[in-house]
Amino acid sequence: MAIGNRGWALWLSALLAIAGGSLAAIGWSQDSAQDPVAEYRAMMGDDNPAVFAEDRGKELWNTAQAGGKTLAATCDLGLGVGKTRGAYAALPRYFKDTGKVQDLEARVVTCLSRLGADTATLVGKRFGDGSESELESLTAYLVEQSRGVPMAVALSHPQERKAYDLGKAIFYYRAGTHDFSCATCHSQAGKRIRLQMLPDLATPEGARAAYTTWPAYRISQGEVRTMEWRLADCFRQQRLPELEYGSPAAVALTMFLAKSADGGVLAAPGLKR
Amino acid sequence: MADPMKIRAALNGDVVEVKALMAHPMETGLRKGSDGKLVPAHYIETVKVACNGREVLSADWGPAVSKNPFLALRFKGGKAGDKVSITWTDSAGESRTDEVAIG
Repeated sequence: MAIGNRGWALWLSALLAIAGGSLAAIGWSQDSAQDPVAEYRAMMGDDNPAVFAEDRGKELWNTAQAGGKTLAATCDLGLGVGKTRGAYAALPRYFKDTGKVQDLEARVVTCLSRLGADTATLVGKRFGDGSESELESLTAYLVEQSRGVPMAVALSHPQERKAYDLGKAIFYYRAGTHDFSCATCHSQAGKRIRLQMLPDLATPEGARAAYTTWPAYRISQGEVRTMEWRLADCFRQQRLPELEYGSPAAVALTMFLAKSADGGVLAAPGLKR
Repeated sequence: MADPMKIRAALNGDVVEVKALMAHPMETGLRKGSDGKLVPAHYIETVKVACNGREVLSADWGPAVSKNPFLALRFKGGKAGDKVSITWTDSAGESRTDEVAIG
């Protein structure tokens, strides 16, 4: 039987199809991609370099600022002035004194500005590649103070409900050059981007697993990164307009995720790629 | 002055397990800062671990080791209460020693 060029090409493509099929049968499980980071975590055990940030945060919390007062003596995170244990588990929440719903980071900025700190500069360089600022240190410390506490965001104030609804709307809102929403990547189980498993934030399990391990020490960056940093980086990856630090949109999205993670036991600061 | 190391030392049968976290920038000297200039190299060059003054580990490190390095090791011959001390010296000539009792 004579096989012309065209015939060979057909043969070849048939062979390739078989090869492709058997490769698929071997099964490049999406889960196996997670193992290197899991191994890393197992090796580190209870040790997490975020502990250095926690120490610095604790010192900042108890050190007098420019005005001569400490955050510990002036800052109310929702449970009363200076109360830190479990405060993060009930954030974001509505604060009467500012008339706004605030997450931990927005609240810390408010507290710092009241003590005369230059928060504009602090917030301005917030999402850069810069090294740890007071915000990361304080966040790491305050989040660590809620380790082991289950998430319990109230949604009892109408403003809190409003923030939740806005956050949910943003989560599912498709926009930008890629026509992406948060849900595009984060509403299916078992998906990954490169070697990173993507949490399915539309389910309580996924939201809990993700929310309770942020803020986290990013091994690849050698820094503690906060929840809002994570959100802003997702915005960047989606080619959305830059997420403004402490903005209603950032807080609302945090509120939606925090409420979705209701009941999840906090284990942050976590250890991430 | 660098932050103190976080060291754990636990006796497991006749083996002492040591885990240590060191706070150090570990700059390779190849990275550029936000001003576009190279950030000078600054990394840990030697690490020594001793148990009651007896050296149990000596290591030469370089710029390939990550920021805030983590070191884990096991050795025999330690008893509960013995002092494990870790010393690092970096390329800027700085050094730091911390110690912990085996628990």
